[in-house]
Amino acid sequence: MPPDAILEVKNLNAYYGPAHVLQDVSFEIGSEPTAIIGRNGMGKSTLCLSIMGMLQKVDGSVRFHGEELLGKPPYKVAAAGLAFVPQGRRLFQSLTVEEHLRLVSNGNGNGRWNTERIYELFPRLAERRRSGAMQLSGGEQQMLAIARSLLLDPKLLIMDEPSEGLAPAVIDHLIDAIRGLSAEGTAILLVEQNLSVATELADRHLVMVAGRIAAETTADELENDPDAQRRYLGVEPLAEEA
Amino acid sequence: MATSAPEPLSAGIEAPGRLRQPKQVIGGAVAALVAGWLIVKAVGNFGGFLNATLLGLTLAGLYFVVASGFTLIFGLMRTINMAHGSLYLLGGYIAFELQEKLFSDNKGGFELSIGQSSGETQYSTIEWLVPLLIAALAMGVLGVLIYQLLLRWNQGQELRQALITIAVIIIAGDQMLAHFGGVAKDIKLPASWPTSVDIPLIGSFGFFRLTIVLGSAILVGLLLWWMIKRTRFGLITRAGVDDRDMVSALGINIPLVFAAAFFIGSLLAGFGGVLGGSMLSLQPGQDSAFLLNSLVVVIIGGMGSLGGAAVGAVALGLVQAYGASYLVFGGTDLTNYSILLTFGLVVAVLAVRPYGLFGRPA
Repeated sequence: MPPDAILEVKNLNAYYGPAHVLQDVSFEIGSEPTAIIGRNGMGKSTLCLSIMGMLQKVDGSVRFHGEELLGKPPYKVAAAGLAFVPQGRRLFQSLTVEEHLRLVSNGNGNGRWNTERIYELFPRLAERRRSGAMQLSGGEQQMLAIARSLLLDPKLLIMDEPSEGLAPAVIDHLIDAIRGLSAEGTAILLVEQNLSVATELADRHLVMVAGRIAAETTADELENDPDAQRRYLGVEPLAEEA
Repeated sequence: MATSAPEPLSAGIEAPGRLRQPKQVIGGAVAALVAGWLIVKAVGNFGGFLNATLLGLTLAGLYFVVASGFTLIFGLMRTINMAHGSLYLLGGYIAFELQEKLFSDNKGGFELSIGQSSGETQYSTIEWLVPLLIAALAMGVLGVLIYQLLLRWNQGQELRQALITIAVIIIAGDQMLAHFGGVAKDIKLPASWPTSVDIPLIGSFGFFRLTIVLGSAILVGLLLWWMIKRTRFGLITRAGVDDRDMVSALGINIPLVFAAAFFIGSLLAGFGGVLGGSMLSLQPGQDSAFLLNSLVVVIIGGMGSLGGAAVGAVALGLVQAYGASYLVFGGTDLTNYSILLTFGLVVAVLAVRPYGLFGRPA
């Protein structure tokens, strides 16, 4: 357990109708980046949605800096300092790049992040500021999804499968950007199936199996244990990929 | 019973390549048939055709004012406020009562809408505008109350919200009947306004319909368009139509935005009620009639789309006006059945475009 826990999840349960998707999930994360890994359908995205207040049927406890978040609507969770980059990005198809950023920024300009800094971090978005969100490439869409969440000046950034569907070169750029955020002091909770992305970004790994946190491990251990990779992720080990 | 998509807009502009599905072929054929029939009628009596068209467009203006509020609320909240028509009728009645109580010379006088008595009050422009403003604002506030007290705690439960607002229709309908009676009421127009204007080819046409109703509809449309395109509230509204939960996760106080949308949408219903009460009349049953009109308009145009509401309103207005004018075949008068055309229009649009002309899946 990290000594400086900022997010404490205790006995979190979530349901879709009769399906009991999260079963007594408990973990804590500190300010260092943490990855949650696991196969498809293990409840990783459900966990993100539950923390963000985007699911109705949940119980248990989610505390952020001691403040209980469970039962609060998403906008209050966001106000507490959490920002979310969802799986599939969930951009607004009616809005342009610029409008996505205007939607979130209140124009007070007091925060660490403003539109100019976003365009510095992702120059590609500045070039495409008038394009509709759906006209962007996968990588640009992911940048935009991250950009709009950064405008909230989050203390904790939750990212669900940010590398999904992206080309390797784009993933490298993304990893650099996320590392930069982490170095600036933004805590990061990363949900990933792409093990190389997860191990690049986070040292501490929580493994989710069938709605539970089944194990805790580190990037080193995972990288050197092909058997664990197979068990936890159902993927062929990294070494054999290369 | 032949009808089609909005007449002047879709007839004949469909590219051949898009007419692959049989239902689109049928839709195109029906559109062509109706267009041909209208052309025959138009050639027969061009002035009459223009008159019917203008009547349809002015009716469309009224429908648009009411339905734009409806589609704003629906688009953002995925909530069909069934009581929208009740806000229309109550808004009209309140303006009527205010005009009588505040400005009438013989207070508590006439109950009959027929028999224009010579002693009737001559109202000034202010005496029409003040009731309009108060009634519209009152409906806006009432809409927010309906949202806060009845709908907010049922967020995401569309069936419950629909049933609750249907209960509001029934209760409000009976209360209005008890208080305002069953006789049709008119909101009196300012005496200084002309009753009609002369238009070439058409002749005399209602001044209020042509200028105030149509002008209001255009103004409301432009203001809403500006709000949706240019303001942050509009950004939130558009994003909310796409993905409400994600908007909330970006820190935006969705209940507050919903309340604002309810205020504007309900205010427009009340405003429409005053226009309708001045142009047509107010009577029991119009609450559900205007709910139905609004539903038809937004189903044709596509739920949550402002442009769709405009096109849907024009389509509905024209179909009703042409139906009322042209459903006479020889000695057989079928104009009583012109309401069926409305549903024919809905069926035809949905057969070709299941989400409405400008709609898309939720």
